[in-house]
Amino acid sequence: MAAHLSYGRVNLNILREAARKELREFLDKCAGSKAIVWDEYLTGPFGLIAQYSLLKEHEVEKMFTLKSGKLPSADVKNIIFFVRPRLELMDIIAENVFSEDKMHSSRDFHILFVPRRSMLCEQRLKEQGVLASFVNIDEYILDLIPYDGDLLSMEYESAFRECYLENDQTSLYHTAKGLMTLQALYGTIPQIYGKGDCARHVANMMLRMKREFAGSQNQILPVFDTLLLLDRNIDLLTPLATQLTYEGLIDEIYGITNGYVKLPPEKFAQKKQGEASKDLPTESKKLQLNSAEELYAEIRDKNFNAVGAALSKKAKIISAAFEERHNAKTVGEIKQFVSQLPHMQAARSSLANHTSIAELIKDITTSEAFFENLTVEQEFMTGVDTDKVNTYIEDCIAQKDPLIKILRLMCMQSVCNNGLKQKVFEYYKREILQTYGYEHILTLNNLEKASLLKLQTSSRNNYPTIRKTLKLWMEDANEQNPNDISYVYSGYAPLSVRLTQVLARPGWRSIEEVLKLLPGPHFEERQQLPAGLHKKRQQGENRTTLVFFLGGVSYAEIAALRFLSQMEDSGMEYIIATTKLLNGTTWIKSLMDRPESQIS
Amino acid sequence: MTFITANWNPLGEAFYRKSELYEMCWNLRDGLRDCLVAAAPYGGPIALLREPVRRSPSSRPQLEIYSASGVSIASFPWKSGPVVHLGWTRHFSMGQEVVQSQVLEAKVFHSPYGTGVAIVTGSSRFIMATNIDDLKLRRLPEVPGLQGKPSCWVVLNQDRQTKVLLSTGSELYILDNTSCTAVSLPGLAPQGGSIVHMSVSFSYKYLAVLTDSGHLWTGPSHLQDKMSEVDTKKLTPPKQMVWCRRPKSQQPSVVLMWDRLLMVVGVCQDTIQFPTEDQCVLVGEMDGVRIISSTNQELLQEVPLVCQEIFKIASMAPGALLLEAHREYEKSSQKADEYLREIKEQSMLGEAVSQCIEAAGHEYDPNTQKSLMRAASFGKCFLTDFSPGQFVTTCRELRVLNSVRESSVGLPLTHTQFKQMTLQVLIDRLVYRQFYPLAIEMCRYLKIPDYQGVSRVLKHWASCKVQQKDLSDEAIARAMCAKVGDSPGVSYSDIAAKAYECGRTELAIKLLDFEARSGEQVPLLLKMKRSQLALSKAVESGDTDLVYTVVTYLKNEMNRGDFFMTLRNQPVALSLYRQFCKLQEQETLKDLYNQDDDHKELANYYVTASYREKRLESRLSLLQSAVDEYNKAKNEFSAKATEEEMRLLRFQRKLDDEKGAGLLELSLQATMEALLALGLYKQAEQLYRDFRVPDKRYWWLKLKSLAEKEEWDELEKFSKSKKSPIGYLAFVEVCMKSNNKYEAKKYVSKVTPEQRVKAHLAISDLDGAADAAIERKNDSEIATVLSRCSAADRLLIERLNRASTAKK
Repeated sequence: MAAHLSYGRVNLNILREAARKELREFLDKCAGSKAIVWDEYLTGPFGLIAQYSLLKEHEVEKMFTLKSGKLPSADVKNIIFFVRPRLELMDIIAENVFSEDKMHSSRDFHILFVPRRSMLCEQRLKEQGVLASFVNIDEYILDLIPYDGDLLSMEYESAFRECYLENDQTSLYHTAKGLMTLQALYGTIPQIYGKGDCARHVANMMLRMKREFAGSQNQILPVFDTLLLLDRNIDLLTPLATQLTYEGLIDEIYGITNGYVKLPPEKFAQKKQGEASKDLPTESKKLQLNSAEELYAEIRDKNFNAVGAALSKKAKIISAAFEERHNAKTVGEIKQFVSQLPHMQAARSSLANHTSIAELIKDITTSEAFFENLTVEQEFMTGVDTDKVNTYIEDCIAQKDPLIKILRLMCMQSVCNNGLKQKVFEYYKREILQTYGYEHILTLNNLEKASLLKLQTSSRNNYPTIRKTLKLWMEDANEQNPNDISYVYSGYAPLSVRLTQVLARPGWRSIEEVLKLLPGPHFEERQQLPAGLHKKRQQGENRTTLVFFLGGVSYAEIAALRFLSQMEDSGMEYIIATTKLLNGTTWIKSLMDRPESQIS
Repeated sequence: MTFITANWNPLGEAFYRKSELYEMCWNLRDGLRDCLVAAAPYGGPIALLREPVRRSPSSRPQLEIYSASGVSIASFPWKSGPVVHLGWTRHFSMGQEVVQSQVLEAKVFHSPYGTGVAIVTGSSRFIMATNIDDLKLRRLPEVPGLQGKPSCWVVLNQDRQTKVLLSTGSELYILDNTSCTAVSLPGLAPQGGSIVHMSVSFSYKYLAVLTDSGHLWTGPSHLQDKMSEVDTKKLTPPKQMVWCRRPKSQQPSVVLMWDRLLMVVGVCQDTIQFPTEDQCVLVGEMDGVRIISSTNQELLQEVPLVCQEIFKIASMAPGALLLEAHREYEKSSQKADEYLREIKEQSMLGEAVSQCIEAAGHEYDPNTQKSLMRAASFGKCFLTDFSPGQFVTTCRELRVLNSVRESSVGLPLTHTQFKQMTLQVLIDRLVYRQFYPLAIEMCRYLKIPDYQGVSRVLKHWASCKVQQKDLSDEAIARAMCAKVGDSPGVSYSDIAAKAYECGRTELAIKLLDFEARSGEQVPLLLKMKRSQLALSKAVESGDTDLVYTVVTYLKNEMNRGDFFMTLRNQPVALSLYRQFCKLQEQETLKDLYNQDDDHKELANYYVTASYREKRLESRLSLLQSAVDEYNKAKNEFSAKATEEEMRLLRFQRKLDDEKGAGLLELSLQATMEALLALGLYKQAEQLYRDFRVPDKRYWWLKLKSLAEKEEWDELEKFSKSKKSPIGYLAFVEVCMKSNNKYEAKKYVSKVTPEQRVKAHLAISDLDGAADAAIERKNDSEIATVLSRCSAADRLLIERLNRASTAKK
């Protein structure tokens, strides 16, 4: 059922299976029927590891969402809390346990901390006087979750905010731990490259952890040749730009969470043939998006402008396949046809779905607003008038467009101009505070702290140098048959991916100067392999690099990396890992602070 | 050359040999006379207690421990009461009950459950503990008619139960947990007499019983059979009686010892007699009996079958022939070929090699081992598919065994014992005897994974080393670092904990420095009250939970000032603590920022805090604090913005009070919007001016607001108030949004030429648009207009097309 994880160069299903095994073992520790009380945040990530059926097999009969007050009644032997180690959640659990005890004394309590136990939390439970009520306190080490055949995500939403705003490196510790787990399953990664402070920190922790675990070293032939750790803050620009790949646009417009997207139902309603659907469904259509779906795997990374052609080509193939039935004469042929029918029907419904989605997206991408926004973005990226107040931004504020849209554009202008001139900067800020409310002063401060917005201090703007050296802007991006990664943003080549590409060939030495302009150190480390585990490479065999984005990665960047993997002469395959999949909107949102007013 | 068979004595079909293990290194003045002696099996150490029955209360006997070769290991005066029995166990106490009742006799025994002990008390009761590590005393049932101690008794292990078999002379009883059953020995001749001695075999499977008439009965210990009965023709009871067997014994026997005689009584009724000079002690092993005297130690055992076959005079076994062949080969004699041919003709060469290897394992003399192994190696050359495994393993194991058999180490293990005991246990024993270099060398030689091998030895060495009081901390730490290095699996924090236990805190800290896992260092450092160090180690580990833990600990330990100062030196810990405070202790957060003079964060803090206030006045006063802090932080923009917000709030409150406008907390823009919606134009205007709202935005706002309210006259007035900063196309479009074409038209003429086409199109005036486009001679505009034309607009299309071509 998770076969798509094992198709790629690296069989990520091993990781998933390891995670499932651990989950089963924990569930079996709590003998008898059980109810799980979920920290709501965890249900999404867990869905990538195990469906309800697995839980059911292990006698999980009920599921609740963790909330204060009394636990719902359920006739089960065990109550298991699946929670992140957070103090506020401990207080809720304590409340649950307290209000419980008086009524049923026979239910056993357990806690499963995800991804790690915390002394601090246990201390809190102790202070609340409930620690002793728990039969089992355990941890479920779920750092890197297999998301797709070539993609791992920690689904750690606040990682960027914590690292760059709050100087809290918890996520990096989990990253290092996750990479250790990965190495235990896939062998020591002999080469580590990195750029950025967080990357350096993670590499340091990994190297130390390796020393700590020395001796228990696994004897597995390394699957990955290289690990590349990249800080999100070396490339603040890319996520701000509107992604123009199919998957990227779905995420920009509808938001993909934990591999699922919710779409407006209208487009999908009339698709059911024959059924008289008078009343439109009101519940949004939820679709899972991953490479298990053949068609989706084919078109997800295409520039949206090339999707229409791909879909109509596919439509022809499918109808041709259905036409085959007329040619089927013998019983054998008919049988053959029938046996392919389920697959063909699945393909047809998949085509129908994606045609609908593409129509929905097209409505938006052809709108004037979308076009204007994109034009401004591209102007910024090519360095046009980045030092002046932009009239489009001004107009958008006047029209009270969504604040996040404004912030995205503003940040982009700042990044492309190495900071905004004081006059421009203050003008924008005033506009925002006056239009959207004074409380956003906190958000603006945050964005400044994360360097997404800044005051231009030196007159020198590095961005054009970087753009030119790394060829970040390609004038003639080919959207239909791309020959460069810049197709994912119709012209802009994501900086992060360009760095990755250059690392593979000709190497970072060629861009030392540019690397120095980007924040944080760049480095290279080697990990000794146990004797006898050095890979003997076949002629023409590709190398495998794990690219880890600390602080998040966009779908367009992933598409660009996949494009590089597929390039015939690249000699490199990429597996992507990240703290969280993001786009400009979710990213900016994670950096916002909105105090709630108490005035009555 | 001595014949290997020189010390062989036939017993029935088999042979017994008595070979010397050691000349004892000890120097015992009075020999073993008047001593209680206990030697542990598997070549274990010997404990010796001189004069166990005190002559006077003031004399204290000396308890001495020797290795099997007689090297003194330890010696200390025995301070407690008279000793009844000596046996090897771990340290334990049987408790008060036993102390109060006199112990007449005791026996230590080993079972699958561990080491046990059984005693007979003064009241003739048996008390037993089957496992001293999990001490549970069991009082066994009373034995009918027993007065004092029984004439003899043994502990049996049967059916997973530990029982006592005892004799009161004429009667024989089995005592188990619940009952005392009289039993009899099957087939014991009626003239046998009463029982004076009993012995169970090493494996608890066999029992030997000696009667006062000198009859030795042997049989399985479940007493359902008899193996044999032999008349020893000795009427005095022996000093010791021990089974001598080996796995797959051909001819098991019982060894009886009198003052000057050692008698081996085979089950086959055959006997061997050895005269003895000296007082001896017999130690039963799984494959023989060790005989310890004051001068030397010998091993008496049945010669293993394979050795018999090879070394028996005139043996034609393949192994024997191979050995002979090799001997001839070394002499460069062609006879070698003849022997070899003979073996090969019977296709027994493989068998011959195996025999030699196996026999080498059983031989104690390295020269014999060598000649056997050489013969095996020689034979191997003529075999194509002989797996070298057995040969290599045996070579290695023999080297290990020979090295531990050295007198200086004194572990006279046989190969059979070694296999039974396992290498792990052997290493443990070496470690406990502190033969660290040897143990390490062995681990390396046998290529044991570090975790089970070298590291384990080093760990033990290290925790022993830290207890050496005569060495300085510095010296120990240095030695530790040099020896242990970063051997995997050796936990410096464990060693440090040991050092701390021994009261060497400084050493512990030095050692912790070597610990690679910073996380491991923290708990001990906290325990040692080195909290600052604990904090930096926690930070180093990267494990934020650990940092939190230390921070929480410090918070409770220190006064606030010190606590803050400590955090100040640890930025990572400080940021984490700030996060904690943000969620849990807002007030502390303020103090933290205050301490650091972080005015900007302090200002942000006040802003956040202001929103939690329920009353406007309190909010305003917090915002004022924010203004002050922003000013201190030289953040003029934020200070001003905050002041403006305060001004706005006051304005809103005033208007709310006056007009019930519901403005409070709206943004400036929303406030103006609301005012316009309420028709309070003057007030809106005032805000626009007071807050220096950009014209463009204000115009947009007013335009939309008036259109929404359909105040068309007002809109027109507004449009004429001055030149529109947003142009007039906006007016057209906004009016059209309200579906008012009439009003929209009013503004079309005011639109700049560049936008005029758009304006006309907005009001669906194709002709006007066409005029404008043609006038401007703009192709793309013409195209735009064209694209809006339908088939009905034929004339227009022609006109446009003409204009377009005319231009070209």
